[in-house]
Amino acid sequence: MAGNQPGARPRSPHLQVYKWTPAMAVSIFHRVSGDGLAIIGGLLFLWWLGALAAGPDAYAAFLACVWHDPSPEIGTFHQITNFLGKIVLIGLTWAFFQHLFSGLRHFVLDTGAGYELKTNKLWSLLVFVGSVTATAAVWLTVFAEAFNG
Amino acid sequence: MGNGTRLGRVRGLGSSHHGSAHWIQQRLTALGNVLLVTWFVVSMFRLPLGDHAAVLRWASNPTVAVALILMVASVFWHLRLGLQVMIEDYVHGEATRILSLVLLNFYAIGGAAYGIFAIIRIALAPAAGLAPGGM
Repeated sequence: MAGNQPGARPRSPHLQVYKWTPAMAVSIFHRVSGDGLAIIGGLLFLWWLGALAAGPDAYAAFLACVWHDPSPEIGTFHQITNFLGKIVLIGLTWAFFQHLFSGLRHFVLDTGAGYELKTNKLWSLLVFVGSVTATAAVWLTVFAEAFNG
Repeated sequence: MGNGTRLGRVRGLGSSHHGSAHWIQQRLTALGNVLLVTWFVVSMFRLPLGDHAAVLRWASNPTVAVALILMVASVFWHLRLGLQVMIEDYVHGEATRILSLVLLNFYAIGGAAYGIFAIIRIALAPAAGLAPGGM
């Protein structure tokens, strides 16, 4: 770590020292959601795309792992990955909306607008409200369709 | 060296005039992502994802294939820029930082190449008279 290096420069206080505010939270979650999309989302997308290109059997194997194994006796491994797959997909959906709305907020801030304290706080809160609402809407629709056939 | 600050000149680290390139590329690819990834997410929501033939038919449409290639290029360039900043901020120590940046470049460029090749394979397999999964 930098603190152990000779002649290390002083470092700014970190997360645990600050009082959490909406603007700070939205900034941190912009990074968290972006990194999640970049690594987990990127790899899952490439896996899906590769399976789609490789043919029906590879695609079925992908679905059986990530979404639903249609075989009558599902192994423990697929039981776990079917569950985790949905958690990851819900997480990625939230990360997408969070990063999208937060990114649009950054576009507005880039023009020099929205730095007034109350406005800034309001938009930061709206990003969280929007991402959670959009994620809930998407997945309630997906599960409703799954239950109704 | 350059016309940077006095300290910069002494260190041989004058202005390279590329200071805003990273920032601008991040915004350009962000705009591309807003359009392309939103289209992709809406498409995923509307497609019968359990039906391989239907998804393949969609992806092999020339317009869709071109949009998918553009999305892969935009997304993987954007994530390279974003993860680079994250590594520069949080990975301390010269050796681990350089190694992380090398791995990041391998992932970003390798991932984009893999993705684009898969899209081309899907789009051109019918033209080459191949069944899905051929080539």
